[in-house]
Amino acid sequence: MNAPDAEIVQFDNVGLRYGTGKEALTDISFTLYPGRFYFLTGASGAGKTSLLKLLYLAQRPSRGLIRMFGTDAITLPRERLPGFRRRLGVVFQDFRLVQHLSAFDNVALPLRVAGVAEREITKPVDEMLDWVGLADRRHARPATLSGGEQQRVAIARAVIARPDMLVADEPTGNVDPDMALKLLRLFESLNRLGTTVVVATHDVHLIQKVPDSLIMRLDKGRLSDPTGALRFPPRRTSTPTEPVLSAAPKDSRGDGQGGPPLGFATK
Amino acid sequence: MNAAALFGRSREGEPGLLPDPRLGSPMPWVIAIVIALTVIAAASGLGLRNAGAHASADLNGGITVQIVSAAPAARNRQADAALAVLRRLPDVADAQRVDQSQLESLLEPWLGTRPGDTIDDLPIPALIDVRLRAPATPDRVSALQTALAGVAPAARVDAQAAWLTPVFRAIATLQWLAGGLIALLTVATIAAVVLAARAALVNQRETIEIVHMLGGTDAQIARVFQRTAAMEAAAGGTIGLIAGVVAIVVLSAQFSALGSGMASGAALGWLDWVVIAAIPLCGVALAVLTARLTVLSALRRML
Repeated sequence: MNAPDAEIVQFDNVGLRYGTGKEALTDISFTLYPGRFYFLTGASGAGKTSLLKLLYLAQRPSRGLIRMFGTDAITLPRERLPGFRRRLGVVFQDFRLVQHLSAFDNVALPLRVAGVAEREITKPVDEMLDWVGLADRRHARPATLSGGEQQRVAIARAVIARPDMLVADEPTGNVDPDMALKLLRLFESLNRLGTTVVVATHDVHLIQKVPDSLIMRLDKGRLSDPTGALRFPPRRTSTPTEPVLSAAPKDSRGDGQGGPPLGFATK
Repeated sequence: MNAAALFGRSREGEPGLLPDPRLGSPMPWVIAIVIALTVIAAASGLGLRNAGAHASADLNGGITVQIVSAAPAARNRQADAALAVLRRLPDVADAQRVDQSQLESLLEPWLGTRPGDTIDDLPIPALIDVRLRAPATPDRVSALQTALAGVAPAARVDAQAAWLTPVFRAIATLQWLAGGLIALLTVATIAAVVLAARAALVNQRETIEIVHMLGGTDAQIARVFQRTAAMEAAAGGTIGLIAGVVAIVVLSAQFSALGSGMASGAALGWLDWVVIAAIPLCGVALAVLTARLTVLSALRRML
């Protein structure tokens, strides 16, 4: 985990252009700190998914600078990408589950990729599936799961390895309000353990459920900063890691409400 | 248990990463055909090498002295004199006159045996089979000719190996041809594996992208394809080896039936069989290496 106050992500005048079209993202500058909870909002087509792609290293920008985990991500050699990606958890908008694998194997995939021994995989994966309400569907293939169930598998897969940063694209779009709240609790618990969470959503009610969150708003590929916390360099009203340090022992497991099974980490 | 699950538990790090990425169902059969042809080509090359070496060893020090004279009395006199001179020469290990009846039986298929024919009326040369202690070089042949000139002016001296020079050249050409065939079959194997691996990569592209996004390395993905290539090449190689060996055994039996000394010299030794048995192993190694390089090369073009 990064040292307190050390930025986890830094974008500086980043632009992204697909092919020869106009820029999908223009002059994007912000800093993300460890242990903070960020919401990314904006109308459809504003560039949220493009920005998330840059965040989870699926896309290189056309211009600008990106630093992740203290390293220049633009010039990062390809061989080092897997190590960085293992520090990220990603919930894709279209879930991107591996169709030939069961729900269990999909959730276990990040652990297996990281080389975790099989005997150490079963318990955390079963606990995670139980938490997202899919214990009885562990052998089901994605094609036999509903949209909401697939989304929960995708979320379980994203958090199973307790990443340094979780990037989620509309993670509650296909689930009922109760499940959405439960998943949000999962993200908050992960956040209290130190994971930086970035959630792209249209759901205002969801944003209101996380009062300490910071909001990044995209409009036609440009970032606005309604909370004033994202400016480059950011203006901070408090030490960003304070809530993490104070909240983590209290809520990670011992809140008496059955916290999520986030005891596993590959790092 | 399906192949993916089998893969999945075989090694930590890449279990269940990809479904069984079959390089293509015809792949084992293509490998089988290539391995069978390679086995036959290799066995032919090795057999020809053995036949050439065997004949060469037999003929290396062999000399034939012909006394070419139409007069039987003069022919016999010169033959006896030549034999006496040859047996005294230090280079000569052995010299034997070929029996006249043996010569007649050799000529019989061409000259016939009708009642009343008398082969003695024909001017058949007298033959002396000479074994030298060293190879029959042109200098030694010339020295023998000189030594015999005084006692047998009708003598003609020939190195036996010289008669078979065209045969040896043909054998060498066939050996090169076998080597060329093996090289072509190697290229065909590489091309088949490259095409199959590329097709499998296209089919698995989405899963590969997901695995990449989850932090999977190129090496992890390549290993899955390597294992598939190894399994398919091993299956094809086994079938090809069996087919090739059956073909060799059948051909060997037919050549043995010819009763030719050169054909019997072409028999394969144990070392030759070791080389033939190694062909499928080389095929598996080649398929694995080709699959690995193809997959890694393709993955490097992905982010």
